[in-house]
Amino acid sequence: MNYYITNNTATQAVAIKDIPEVDYAALYDDLKERLKQEQYHVAHYFATPDENRLMFYIVLLDDKEHQIMLARFAMEYYDDIALPSLTALHPAMHPYEREIAELYNVKFGSMPWDKPLRFSENRRNRNSTIDNYPFYTIEGESLHEVNVGPIHAGIIEPGAFRFICDGEKVLHLEIALGYQHRGVETEFTSTDNRLRQTLLAESIAGDSAIAHTSAFAATIERLTDTAVSDSLATERIVALELERMAMHIADTGALSMDVGYQLGQVACEALRTMTINTTQAWCGNRFGKGLIRPCGTNKPLTKEKIDMILANVEQIGRRYAEVSDDIKSSPTLLSRFEHCGIVPRSEMLRIGGVGMAARASGLVRDIRSSHPWGKYATETKHESISQHDGDVMSRLMMRCDEVQQSVARIKSLLEGYTPETSSARPDYECALKSEHLSFGLIEGWRGEICHVALTNSEGKISTYKVKEPSLHNWLALALAVRGEGISDFPICNKSFNLSYCGHDL
Amino acid sequence: MIYSKIKVLHSHGWQYIPDLNDVTLTEEFRGRPELTVTDDMSDVEAAAKLCPTGAISTAPFSLDLGRCLFCGECALRAPRNIRFTNDYKIGTTSREALVVTPETKQIDFHPELVRKEIPKLFSRSLKLRQVSAAGDASIEMELNATGNVNFDFGRYGIEFTASPRHSDGVVITGPISKNMSEPLDICYAAIPEPKITIICGSEACSGGLFSESKAIDRHFIEQHHVDLWLPGAPTHPMTFIDAVMNLIGKKQR
Repeated sequence: MNYYITNNTATQAVAIKDIPEVDYAALYDDLKERLKQEQYHVAHYFATPDENRLMFYIVLLDDKEHQIMLARFAMEYYDDIALPSLTALHPAMHPYEREIAELYNVKFGSMPWDKPLRFSENRRNRNSTIDNYPFYTIEGESLHEVNVGPIHAGIIEPGAFRFICDGEKVLHLEIALGYQHRGVETEFTSTDNRLRQTLLAESIAGDSAIAHTSAFAATIERLTDTAVSDSLATERIVALELERMAMHIADTGALSMDVGYQLGQVACEALRTMTINTTQAWCGNRFGKGLIRPCGTNKPLTKEKIDMILANVEQIGRRYAEVSDDIKSSPTLLSRFEHCGIVPRSEMLRIGGVGMAARASGLVRDIRSSHPWGKYATETKHESISQHDGDVMSRLMMRCDEVQQSVARIKSLLEGYTPETSSARPDYECALKSEHLSFGLIEGWRGEICHVALTNSEGKISTYKVKEPSLHNWLALALAVRGEGISDFPICNKSFNLSYCGHDL
Repeated sequence: MIYSKIKVLHSHGWQYIPDLNDVTLTEEFRGRPELTVTDDMSDVEAAAKLCPTGAISTAPFSLDLGRCLFCGECALRAPRNIRFTNDYKIGTTSREALVVTPETKQIDFHPELVRKEIPKLFSRSLKLRQVSAAGDASIEMELNATGNVNFDFGRYGIEFTASPRHSDGVVITGPISKNMSEPLDICYAAIPEPKITIICGSEACSGGLFSESKAIDRHFIEQHHVDLWLPGAPTHPMTFIDAVMNLIGKKQR
């Protein structure tokens, strides 16, 4: 089958007419075989109205050849035929097919998990509401159900968790999401104010503000033929790695708290504060809001700020390493973290797990190495870190190691770096190319973030699609707790720390 | 094993802020803006046009912190007219008081507008239940941070509880999605009287970027008395701490 081939260093968006339009049957046959191979996975697959048709776009990644492959197919808007489901063969496809079914009432034949994805405001079936989510049930005298949420005990976002337990043991967990749905994708297309769109990107998931805005900026820059300067490319990677450090340290602290390891908790709280205050001293916001802007920056690094960042990351790296060492040498912690919440590599591959959680299971999905962009493409190659066991401990060790890798990356980028005397300012006015498809593909701290924009004949964004890594990884959490005691759920959950709002949009 | 713990402890040192009344944030921080009227207001008009949430009015000149996401772009467009200071003391008792005018030198807090039972009952212990209603996680993390080793707000008996039945009030974050509006109502109903309501973050104050979204349902705000309005994107822990201390009468701005 014919695809349009591009890659993540491409500086230009793709004319929609250049993306081959194929039959669904051909695409189905092709993906059926291709997705059996580990080198391929789908970064995005969505439908959008196109006059009186429904146009489907697929963004396929080839990790081995570092290629991004694009194709599309159409169906009549009111066609009542069922498309054979790809989820039936490759469960990794489930969130995409569920979204398409929810929004456009497209039927997928023999779809094994035909459930609403997020109860979005523009869903077709208005009778399907979040308070009657069709939870899976198992009958049995010894079984009971435990419902948690949508409001949880701590200060976190909402989501409904339904456990089926045999005594203390979890047989099954199903997670119903959608409570956080704000209509993000619709808001992107209902405004032409590019600053407003930028702030929407910042609020997709507040803990990944830098990663999502980086994906948005890349999407816009490809639509405006804007070349990213060397210093801007450097600063964006420094920001992204600071965000990774802050969240990995925060999660180490959260895991410590949940097993009563107060020393690690408070040490990590203080180190996270130091990391986000470093970001705040750079840009005025602890989460990096205001830092990443399309086509330029309002917050160029200065000599003083570079010295401040270097001194802080050096100290954070050293002190965090001491916490990591203490965790590794404490048998009481290891007995909680090891062999708990295991997702084997084969399962991770089957469900399409991405990012740090996939790497903890030995499945190396990392956009920084498979589809490098910016400084990852031009400077030294990124060597992805991975673990083998796929348990809570592996996910914790991923964090311990990746923080040190981020420290090293920031140092190598900033040591001896001379900031430009005048860097480009953001541009909220420049015209977008009409009838093009553009994308932003970034490895955030959780994993692969993929934004796709389509423009219409007037050069306005007509469709904006966001893919958060959590979209795939929520299922990994549900699988991780199977067979575990329900009291281990908190550490399993924290070991993933997935985004609700990023999923619900 | 014990040696590695001592090492962590030694490096950790003394982290908590001794006096929460004496905190100055970095100069970069964008807090309360100061507005200046000039003869030529064309820059302000350009900034108002760009403002993603329509927080800026030109006639008369004002900036609504309940809408402002503190991106700071207006100050770059109109540097003679708008300047963000690092003053984080921007929480107050009424929605109207969040509107900054050229005369505003601080966001006023009027203790006389606080319901009498609040300082009487809650000045020594205040337990709050937080509800995220489409908050973007950054604001939830900042509320968590109020209790962390640095801020340690618990030293004043102010903490977050797991159950609404054990709490004295609710802290709402996010623009309030339709899908969360019913759980929020149920949670609020479970809190015993008298109860306080705190609206945390500019998105919660006005809906922010989502004020026009069809996926939002803000009937809760219309139906209930709000005791505290806290702007911010996200609200800084010090903004929250300062405003709550004022609310329970432990501090006067």
